[in-house]
Amino acid sequence: MVRFLQRTYVYLIFAFLYAPIAVLISLSFNAARSRGSWGGFTLQWYVELFQDRVIMNSLYTTLFIGITSALVATIIGTAAAIGIHNSRGWQKKLVMNLTYIPVLNPEIVTGISLMILFVFAKLQFGYLTLLLAHITFNIPYVILSVLPKLRQLDKNLYEAALDLGAEPWYAFLKVILPEIMPGVITGLLLAFTLSIDDFVVSFFTTGSGVATLSITVYSMARRGINPKLNALSTIMFVAVLLLLIIVNVRQAQDEKKARRQNDKENTLSLVGRASAADIDPEWMQQQ
Amino acid sequence: MTDQQLVHLVGVSKIYDGTPALKEIDLYIRRNEFLTLLGPSGCGKTTTLRLIGGFEQPTTGKILFDGRDISSIPPYKRRVNTVFQRYALFSHMNVFENIAFGLRIKKMDEKTIRAKVGKMLDLVNLTGFETRSVDSLSGGQQQRVAIARALVNEPEVLLLDEPLAALDLKLRREMQHELKNMQKQLGITFVFVTHDQEEALSMSDTIAVMKDGEIQQIGTPEDIYNEPRNAFVAGFIGESNIVDGVMHEDKVVEFAGQVFDCVDGGFGKMEPVDVVIRPEDVKLVQPEEAKLQGVVKSVTFIGVHYEMIVQAAGIDWLVHSTLMEPVGAKVGMLVAPMDIHIMKKVSFG
Repeated sequence: MVRFLQRTYVYLIFAFLYAPIAVLISLSFNAARSRGSWGGFTLQWYVELFQDRVIMNSLYTTLFIGITSALVATIIGTAAAIGIHNSRGWQKKLVMNLTYIPVLNPEIVTGISLMILFVFAKLQFGYLTLLLAHITFNIPYVILSVLPKLRQLDKNLYEAALDLGAEPWYAFLKVILPEIMPGVITGLLLAFTLSIDDFVVSFFTTGSGVATLSITVYSMARRGINPKLNALSTIMFVAVLLLLIIVNVRQAQDEKKARRQNDKENTLSLVGRASAADIDPEWMQQQ
Repeated sequence: MTDQQLVHLVGVSKIYDGTPALKEIDLYIRRNEFLTLLGPSGCGKTTTLRLIGGFEQPTTGKILFDGRDISSIPPYKRRVNTVFQRYALFSHMNVFENIAFGLRIKKMDEKTIRAKVGKMLDLVNLTGFETRSVDSLSGGQQQRVAIARALVNEPEVLLLDEPLAALDLKLRREMQHELKNMQKQLGITFVFVTHDQEEALSMSDTIAVMKDGEIQQIGTPEDIYNEPRNAFVAGFIGESNIVDGVMHEDKVVEFAGQVFDCVDGGFGKMEPVDVVIRPEDVKLVQPEEAKLQGVVKSVTFIGVHYEMIVQAAGIDWLVHSTLMEPVGAKVGMLVAPMDIHIMKKVSFG
């Protein structure tokens, strides 16, 4: 009986969490314009979605910002992780804590403080500020996915490469980078996902005429509900979900491999935060 | 003689964050020599190796290689290769690529690389393992890959940092023989770091015993074993009875309440000394035949001989003998004058 209650409780939680998304997804295939009735199955909203210039433009912006910010953040974050890994004592602790703060910081604080910074620096709000903002909040996640890989490295690996005649840069490219590559790729995917996912920070740091998908969804929703939004939200939900599954599977494989090598180092689970910050399609339904 | 000295450490010290790891070491390594740095952990042996490899720079002093100062030359420009304790193999490359790593840097053509790697795989008995991933190999096989990867570059000196520490006893014995054979076959200078005295005795041409960043004694295995310079070396190499004594005059020493003849001299009158006697140099006889009498406290059979503890003059003596005396038996202990080793007292940390 207790077991039955426990299970029911778990199912209820899942139902509560996922019902809005399920409703959203099914409505995106609803031929009727109103939300109250089912007018038969249709792909009409998806077709219209791809014909909407505003939405397509913001899709390009999202992809451009996502890819560029993920790449730049990956390069900076990987370099930073190597620096942190090789530093000692209080400096290491200080930089590590500075890395964690943006992760734990409420997004709205990050967004507003970046906005104030850009105003102070007299930057024109637009692509550049948006890109800088995305790079900024992505860097800690890259650092946190590369660091565990660095800790798993045999500390003599770099020296072994030098010993065999490799100059420092060659040793990094041929030995260290391939060994930490799984962490770098995970960081890249995570950064891309978070960039696509972001609304709050983008909202405060973009300029007129430059809108990401989430900003477009927000502004369209304010003008009244449009079934195209259901379709768009569904696509975004599925895309982010797929990316998170890939990141999760990669980390799980990595952990399995590390355990095989009797490494007790734990891969930091970053996905918890990313899933929680997942796009919230339900609020649009409540508009 | 000087052209025989391939590597020469001149007054080298190394200080880490104010703590000295090496104190003004002077050491030379001859061409084609198998030199072992032996000592407990923290004695500076690995630091010495890392200095020769170029991974550390000396705080003072210089390192000469073939007469040239190489103290500030980076590792990738030294004709020295290292086998690391935990192998440090590149796990994203297969066995062949691991061994070929150094050759590819030298931009050799594919045919030469194949030939050289093939020869090395043959040397370390791993022919047929070319495409295996290094993670799929056993500890002993990984060790062989690490050795092949270093040797394929034809270094003038091969540095080995406790390379056998992770292997089980049987494998370890095998690898000791193989390493020694390789060294003879290839005519390469080996510098070997270990804390295992048996390993050092069985493999080396020369042993440098280290403690607290200083070389305690350097010599052939026989020298070090038979003529340890101080009580630390005596205690670290093989088993020993080390007792307090007083030098009456040259060749006369008092310990355990008796005066004995010995062969050492050059000490001050009535100078306190350490007296070292190897367990196998004690001969058990009838009580009345010896100055030292004692009672057998324990007997252990350990294969080649019996290990007995004899209590005499309030001291427990370790005695190795092929003849057994029962527990409780009264015995006399004879030691030949030349087996009584007298050493200056040294205060240890």
